[in-house]
Amino acid sequence: MTISIDPQKTNNESLQPKGWLRYFSFSLDHKVIGIQYLVCGFLFYLIGGTLASAIRIELASPMSDFMPRDVYNQVLTLHGTIMIFLWIVPVVNGAFGNYLIPFYVGARDMAFPRLNAVAFWLIPPSGLMLVASYFVEGAAQAGWTAYPPLSITTPQSGQIIWILSVLLLGGSSIFGGINFIATIIKLRRPGLKLMQLPMYCWAMLGTSLLVVLSTPVLAGTLILLSFDIIANTGFFNPVLGGNVVVYQHLFWFYSHPAVYIMVLPAFGLVSEILPVHARKPLFGYTTMVFSIMGIVVLGLVVWAHHMFTSGTPPWMRLFFTIATAFIAVPTGIKFFNWVATLWGGKISINSAMLFSCGFIINFVFGGITGVALAQVPFDIHVHDTYFVVAHFHYIVYGGTVFIIFSSIYHWFPKVTGKMLNEKLGILHFIITFIGFNLCFAPQHWLGLNGMPRRVAEYDPQFQFVNQISSLGALLMAISTIPFLINVFLSVRNGKNAGDNPWNALTPEWLTSSPPPVENWEGEAPLVEEPYGYGKEISEQK
Amino acid sequence: MLNKNFYLILIISLVFAISFWIGFNVNLLPEEASINAPIYDELFKILFIIGLIIFIGMTIAVIYSLFKFRKRNDQIGDGIALEGNLSLEIVWTIIPSIIVLLIGLYSYNIYDRMGGMKELNHNHEMMSSNTEKIWAGISQTSDNEIAINNLSIEVSAMQFAFLFNYPKGNFISGELHVPVDQKVSMKMESKDVIHAFWVPEFRIKQDIIPGQPTILNFTPTKVGKYPIICAELCGPYHGGMRASIIVEEESDYNEWFNKNKKSEVNL
Repeated sequence: MTISIDPQKTNNESLQPKGWLRYFSFSLDHKVIGIQYLVCGFLFYLIGGTLASAIRIELASPMSDFMPRDVYNQVLTLHGTIMIFLWIVPVVNGAFGNYLIPFYVGARDMAFPRLNAVAFWLIPPSGLMLVASYFVEGAAQAGWTAYPPLSITTPQSGQIIWILSVLLLGGSSIFGGINFIATIIKLRRPGLKLMQLPMYCWAMLGTSLLVVLSTPVLAGTLILLSFDIIANTGFFNPVLGGNVVVYQHLFWFYSHPAVYIMVLPAFGLVSEILPVHARKPLFGYTTMVFSIMGIVVLGLVVWAHHMFTSGTPPWMRLFFTIATAFIAVPTGIKFFNWVATLWGGKISINSAMLFSCGFIINFVFGGITGVALAQVPFDIHVHDTYFVVAHFHYIVYGGTVFIIFSSIYHWFPKVTGKMLNEKLGILHFIITFIGFNLCFAPQHWLGLNGMPRRVAEYDPQFQFVNQISSLGALLMAISTIPFLINVFLSVRNGKNAGDNPWNALTPEWLTSSPPPVENWEGEAPLVEEPYGYGKEISEQK
Repeated sequence: MLNKNFYLILIISLVFAISFWIGFNVNLLPEEASINAPIYDELFKILFIIGLIIFIGMTIAVIYSLFKFRKRNDQIGDGIALEGNLSLEIVWTIIPSIIVLLIGLYSYNIYDRMGGMKELNHNHEMMSSNTEKIWAGISQTSDNEIAINNLSIEVSAMQFAFLFNYPKGNFISGELHVPVDQKVSMKMESKDVIHAFWVPEFRIKQDIIPGQPTILNFTPTKVGKYPIICAELCGPYHGGMRASIIVEEESDYNEWFNKNKKSEVNL
């Protein structure tokens, strides 16, 4: 199990460009690939955010008056697809996973560096292809769910490019998942036990299992859908005897686990950030591990709760109600454990901490509406309304995106050796938190009172609440300005961070910042207690 | 120590009191106009109160921790080396499990009262012996109830309109007229893409699917005009795909029905 340095690889490393140019190269260094994922994802976040702004401008007035109706449907389809497949999934998995996992297991790189680079380099072309499809014949306009028969009857080129792009992104995700599983299981430093790994490793192990088990189902489904579109087959085309409900089952068999592919890594990241800034061990390590694995198992058997108003028989509705509601138990355990981690700590109130606490509050709210939505009789009224839109933005934005920002504040000194400006960071948090809640909280009321989702026009009675929501969206757009200024200023002129500015105990901080090409000058350290805060003091007493 | 427990109990009872007060006094739902609506609102109220207790409680715990345990300038070193507490962790595994189980059983009860667990049948009034079994939808009527007089309507949806076929009168209407306090049984099918039939005031929604009929049964309880909204993305004019349901007294309904009825039909 010793890690030998592959001579051929070392040879290749020396051929890699140095300096900023290496971020545009086919680099095999996991740290370079992690940053490539992060920056590429953030650029797509800006595109997806621009599309979101366009949606909120359209919805500031009840009439469809800002853009043509079919363009509106293209915008909402691209917004969803970009935010999920090009921003959240690649960043929480690819960016932080690639950067951190080799440090956490004590390796010098990922198990398959070339596969890793291929997985990243699939993303920019498929993302550009997806955005460019707008200029061909119009982008896909059947929503990110691409339900047939709508996806079969809308203009074909946009839908086919959408399918190709999602297939490539799914492939990239599967490559990444295989790589993470192999790295965590096989590349651990000798002497490092599984139950000594930092929690993010467990989260990535669970996530990667979900990726490997469910993404191929999506790929198969989309290939069948593309046959229906270009070869006139009838898998999902009711005119030819196909069944549209089967598509929904197959699609959600991937796309519900996809929610956990987006939030489990965030659960892992917040478990790294809270103990460092609260100066306390992670509360309940073992229960955290079991609850992650519980979420993985349950996450695979809850998909039909997206189909309660679709063609589903009553018994199926009940089964999926119970299964879905029970996911709240392992998820709840994690939140109680995080609050218990804060309890009795010596908490530094900084940007990373604030974004993590914002995450806890937002996600608890989204989780509560999630348990409500799991109940069939509740869901029947609000399914496909703005209530659902509000719910999942509380999960993926209020949850995962808050953690992405928290992680950037936490690991920026590791990557660059410079600190981010705290004042700008706290300003960023305040505007984001207020803007986010202003944007999405009122949407619950809209959904309950009769506004369906994915509409370009609505009843005039909903105008005032929609304008509040649009105002919140404006604040969210503004909030990226202090963040970008902060990053650009700090990269050049930030305060020097030293190697370990937070005095953290997890292995990535036990090397220089930024780390050398092969992570450690000598042998990788054996970290048996990544959360051993408070230990030395109590021993001294 | 007693003092500490006193404050804890005080805060918990305050959280409960505030949550119950909000749950009973803040109405987030539109008016109730079908027999499903009050049942739905009962479930909503319970979930709303439980949700508020958890949300307010967690938010207070986070904000309190940030203030109480924040690092003062002169402080160095770490917090307490507390790695877990098995009994506490068992408590917060078991209590949420019980809450979730109770909510699940309760919502089963709600769903059953809405008629969700009944067999899905649709009676063809033209052929009174023929009852068709359909496996998806929301039912409210049992087998023997369906045989006696309830209003059967066939709904077809297309981009971007709903059509309501009254087989008894052999006519098709763009507006859905129904008599108040009478069971309505609808069989729905789409002619092109997936649509959905949603009446917020009735708290009911069911997708209308091409190639696979679905059932939606309901009983309106309040005279008035309510919107029928398509809730499944169906194309560019999805947002404009609306119709109206007009609930009227039986005499008004009969007048409307007789005016539209095709006279040549023999029943």
